[in-house]
Amino acid sequence: MIVGQREPRVDGYDKATGRTKYYEDRMPANALYVRIKHAEKAHAIVRSIDISAAAAIPGVVKVLTCFDVPNLPFATAGHPWSMDPGHRDTADRLLLNRHVRYWGDDVAVVIAENEVAANQGVRALKVDYEELPFVLDAQEAMKDGAPQLHDGFPNNILKHTQNIKGDYQEAIKEPGLIKVEGWYDTPTVQHAHIENFGCFAYMENGRIVVVASTQIPHIIRRIVAQAVGRPWGDIEIIKPYIGGGFGNKQDALYEPLCAWCTTQVGGRPVRIDCSREETFVSNRVRHAIRYHIISWVRKDGTIAARKVDLYSNQGAYASHGHSIAAKGLNAIPQKYPCPAYEGNAWTVYTNRPAAGAMRGYGMPQANYADEANIDDCAKAVGIDPWEFRKLNIMPKGFHDPFSGNTNYYDTYRECMAKGAEIMDYERKRKEYGHDTGNIRRGIGLATFWYNTAVYPISLETSSNRMQLNLDGTVTMQCGETEIGQGADTAYAQMTAEAIGLKSYKDVHVISCQDTDITPTGTGAYASRQTYVAGFSIRQTADLLKEKILKRAQSLTRQMPYNMDIVDGNIIRREDKMVLMSLQELAMTAQYDTVNSEHITAESTYTIRNNAYSFGCTFAEVEVDIAMCKAQVTRILNVHDCGKLINPALAEAQVHGGQSMAIGYGLSEQLIFDEKTGKPLNNNLLDYKLSTFMDHPRLEAAFIENPEPTSPFGTKSLGEPPACSPAPAIRNAILHATGVAIDRLPINPHVLFAELSKAGLIHDSWLDKEEK
Amino acid sequence: MSQYKVVHCNINGKDVERMVDVRASLTDMLRNEYHLTSVKKGCEVGECGACNVLINGEAFNSCIYLAVWAEGKTILTLEGLEGPNGELSDIQQAFIDETAIQCGFCTPGFIMTAAEILNSGKEYSDEELRKLLSGHLCRCTGYENIFRAVKKTMLKRLEAAKA
Repeated sequence: MIVGQREPRVDGYDKATGRTKYYEDRMPANALYVRIKHAEKAHAIVRSIDISAAAAIPGVVKVLTCFDVPNLPFATAGHPWSMDPGHRDTADRLLLNRHVRYWGDDVAVVIAENEVAANQGVRALKVDYEELPFVLDAQEAMKDGAPQLHDGFPNNILKHTQNIKGDYQEAIKEPGLIKVEGWYDTPTVQHAHIENFGCFAYMENGRIVVVASTQIPHIIRRIVAQAVGRPWGDIEIIKPYIGGGFGNKQDALYEPLCAWCTTQVGGRPVRIDCSREETFVSNRVRHAIRYHIISWVRKDGTIAARKVDLYSNQGAYASHGHSIAAKGLNAIPQKYPCPAYEGNAWTVYTNRPAAGAMRGYGMPQANYADEANIDDCAKAVGIDPWEFRKLNIMPKGFHDPFSGNTNYYDTYRECMAKGAEIMDYERKRKEYGHDTGNIRRGIGLATFWYNTAVYPISLETSSNRMQLNLDGTVTMQCGETEIGQGADTAYAQMTAEAIGLKSYKDVHVISCQDTDITPTGTGAYASRQTYVAGFSIRQTADLLKEKILKRAQSLTRQMPYNMDIVDGNIIRREDKMVLMSLQELAMTAQYDTVNSEHITAESTYTIRNNAYSFGCTFAEVEVDIAMCKAQVTRILNVHDCGKLINPALAEAQVHGGQSMAIGYGLSEQLIFDEKTGKPLNNNLLDYKLSTFMDHPRLEAAFIENPEPTSPFGTKSLGEPPACSPAPAIRNAILHATGVAIDRLPINPHVLFAELSKAGLIHDSWLDKEEK
Repeated sequence: MSQYKVVHCNINGKDVERMVDVRASLTDMLRNEYHLTSVKKGCEVGECGACNVLINGEAFNSCIYLAVWAEGKTILTLEGLEGPNGELSDIQQAFIDETAIQCGFCTPGFIMTAAEILNSGKEYSDEELRKLLSGHLCRCTGYENIFRAVKKTMLKRLEAAKA
């Protein structure tokens, strides 16, 4: 078995030696610097831009403004194209915008021979704005009379959808129900991959080539073509290794602008390299979503009805838009099914940075709100939170007719039981929660709902090309991208297993996608890669194997049916006799002077399945009351993501998600000045990303129930780890202190306010302690 | 003052000199003049640690170290850590073995700080190790496996020193 082994990464050596080439390491030496003038207004109309001083700076080649760009509104979300116009993303921005909709919007560029001149040029631009009132909060933006961001979207509502099940109004009339209501607020956060976004573009034979730090090269080709108004075939996108993406790079960021800039300087190479400050504000952020949940609980602990309203802060441009809010709206009634559910989701434009995809795609928000409310419900009826969840969570056999997903196993209960055992939950739940001193211990849990890939909402397709090399190894290419998660290693393992090679090292995965060469795939998102690539790997491997055995037929005088490929050799099935190696076969076929053959296979598989991927987090905290600081002392995620392709990489994936989610729970948020709309902490010093000091050892455990729809029994793991740690921490703090905190991040500012409100912090507190 | 100045230094064991812009950072000089592209740029203001190199054996964020300050200094980048035939040092191998690498962008900086820690020959507690490594940001790994790689290598070296 090659699949299921803890193999080292295929790109490990190059990354450990610093040889791996990211976009900037491939930069043409003569690339011109494009630097962007970002608006310093939250909402305004650009009346004019005086470029004379900038243009006069030595080294400045060209200045282009929002008055120069083509009038071709485009959508940036990294979604597959839809043949149904009603199912397409909202095209609401231009390459540079006259209508400034957030502090940081793009109004002009300076193209220069060197970086200093380009930056000086940007500073020398004189922009005359007509200022407009702005709005930063989603619910404020929905009010009549609020500043309007886009034509055609009254009250700034990009979209509103409902999910209704049963009769909520009728259900809540049941006598004896306990009402548990809360408002749960999540912050604007950013992906903060360590490589900022960047790209360069040039023209070759009249076509535009863009080399970009992106997760989605094939989708970017389409968006660039639409934005600059050229045929799609005129665009070539090259995706080298990238320094993390987490969804930010599942969006057209500045690839379209860069492509257009090269056309404005005669096809010379031009580069756009976002600074960290730009990455925080002028790329994408996670949607801040405010949930309002009302649960009606019976005394026996079952849930009779729930009402969920959520307000998703879209920021200035649609990007991924309502997809994120809708995912939360529809996940909640699946995870805790109850007879009556009434849900409403609004996605609302505001004058904040555009929100897009970010690891978890709405689920960290939804699971935070849902799991906070569930803990509040358990507390209200006096049942242990684990017991309460066992009572109410999605049962085995649950089927969602829309996605076709079935909960084939009793996954949630299995994951929670495993987590409770590892953490010694029952003992700690009794022991903790009674501290009266300054340090108070608590243990909490939270579950998460996730699925795999985007079927049936969008197209799910994966293409694959395999080539038998003359040494018997196989080169493999697909459009699903390596972005750090280890996809290439998983592909190598699956390919070697599917063909019958000796080792995953006998597979050479072409890591870098080039849309001129690479079979079309839609890229890295929706935790789809291993699942969807699995289908096309299995199918293409079968095709390659068929060709190999057909060729072997003439060389070995054996019928293909009687042969197989094992450990890189063609063997006779019955007696396992080695007939010839793949190397001999490849050489003989290639250098046959009568009938030469280079053996390759290529195929596309349209995936019409989806797969639930569930799990939970257990967290232990110590709350320092006087310091208003919550410290996570132990954290465990338990996942059922089907069969693990590579357990070492799977664990690593969980660690990364946990770390990001601990930041989400305790420290991360982008702050905006209420008076101006200006972002105040768009740098890595003031934005509190988790460091080495901020969390304990990260623990991961798995339940490996094989996913029946996957040819490798596997399903999503990329995003799920980030979905449940924050609510588990919140619930542990509730256990430790008795205080339910309904906004993230639970930093000292929030804790001070909440602990004070609960009467835990008061002047006499220290005296009392001394007595 | 002229805008350009010759900077003489020793980089990865070799004496070199190059004319550089006095405004350039050491990151710029190493990447642009010497093509040492393991030196990464994540913030360019000394927050993330991706550009970390050793200067006279001490770890520095090269993005906030002027190239001209490198005059007469001995600089080690990740390229200088491997053997002449591409042999990996123990800490590089440990990063691979412990799955401490994901996107790989923070990796060079981390390994150079780890090299500084390990070269001290000291035994650090877990808390001390965490603190010593905390000048680097990583968004992929949660630091978990990086910690294991560094600790494992530290213990191995201490063991070897005793023997």
